Amino acid sequence: MANTLESPKAKPPLPQRLQNAQQQAADWMQDSQFWTSVFRPGSIFRKGYTDSPRNRSYVIMNSVLYHLHPVKVKRHAVKVSYTLCLGGLSFFLFILLTITGIFLMFFYRPTDTAAWADIESLHTQVAFGLLVRNMHRWAAHLMVITVFLHMARVFYHGAYKAPREFNWVVGVMLLQLTLLLAFTGYLLPWDQLALWAVTVGTNMMGFTPVFGEQVRFVLLGGQQIGAETLLRWYVLHVLMLPFVIVIFMAIHFWRVRKDGGISGPL
Amino acid sequence: MGGPAGNTHRLLTVVKSGSIQDVKASPGDKVHVWPHLLAAEFTAALFITAFTLVFSLFINAPLLELANHNETPNPSKAPWYFLGLQELLTMFDPMIAGVTIPGVALILLAFAPYIDRNTSLRPEDRKFAISIQTIHLMFWAVLVIIGSFFRGQGFNFTYPWDTGLHGIFHL
Repeated sequence: MANTLESPKAKPPLPQRLQNAQQQAADWMQDSQFWTSVFRPGSIFRKGYTDSPRNRSYVIMNSVLYHLHPVKVKRHAVKVSYTLCLGGLSFFLFILLTITGIFLMFFYRPTDTAAWADIESLHTQVAFGLLVRNMHRWAAHLMVITVFLHMARVFYHGAYKAPREFNWVVGVMLLQLTLLLAFTGYLLPWDQLALWAVTVGTNMMGFTPVFGEQVRFVLLGGQQIGAETLLRWYVLHVLMLPFVIVIFMAIHFWRVRKDGGISGPL
Repeated sequence: MGGPAGNTHRLLTVVKSGSIQDVKASPGDKVHVWPHLLAAEFTAALFITAFTLVFSLFINAPLLELANHNETPNPSKAPWYFLGLQELLTMFDPMIAGVTIPGVALILLAFAPYIDRNTSLRPEDRKFAISIQTIHLMFWAVLVIIGSFFRGQGFNFTYPWDTGLHGIFHL
């Protein structure tokens, strides 16, 4: 005590000074115009964030990512035992598939001469190539399962009833789009499994009356699967079907809120 | 005319709130999305990522030989989610198995909310709807399982232990 009184300007120990400097730098950054313009009120990165009801609301309202959600939901809606998270998991798997899919696109050419060899070298020459391809493949299978289970869950809860009838219809579309995305991706490795699974699948398509043969011809780009098919299915798989499914997902999620949030407890 | 204390107004009656104000929304039992829902969603996302990652570390996606039009593998199977349709093709005419049955199933499924006029959500009031949907879902599930595990050479019936895991999953 006496020591401090005699030399009031004595420096605090080094760790303390470092911590102070760090705090000052953080304050300076968080006070800057740049920082406050990036992080809107309610962001946990803003200075003075506290866990208050007001900030809890701002977190959702002021975030482009989270404002898909309302600020508040019915208490039963957050019970995992009600939804089993199946819709959310389907959406998240879609994001995972988009990320891993973009990675795969860097190493893949959709031609009958290059496709198979590109995947072969992806396995052996590219860092994490095999792992990312595995994740893409298994996540795709998993998404078909979660979408199917989500459909079953919604049915058993009677959640398709008024006012949510139309959102159920959109959901059935999403199920079909998911199957189409999985099926178009199946051809891309251009191995024996891909070629013959798609041959069996597209032969069934030909049985559709009136326009079956025409649809099959347009999808295959010819009478049988070949280089044209690979290019068409590649474009369908990486661009057209994702584009369409994102639109349907947007409508699906928007309607969940417009129809009054997820359905009530039984 | 003032009252005992000189007041000019008197409280005459008590009215119910509904007659003078219109309460449109009741607060209900609600919770904040942050943190209650976001935390659950984040956990689910982490869980499914971890599951996919670990699964992918141990099991590789199949890559067979280069596609060859002159060499038909036996059996040739569609992707597993279409094996129900392929299974139906062994039983019915292609027009019925490939078009009529899946087409009708899909249309009925899409229009279920307009067909089912029952407004109750309680399972005990929905015995018919639940039964018919369970039969429908099990129908496809059983066909997919038969197609995946019980079909060998020439798409003939076989047992999964005869085919082996490697034959089934192309590992």
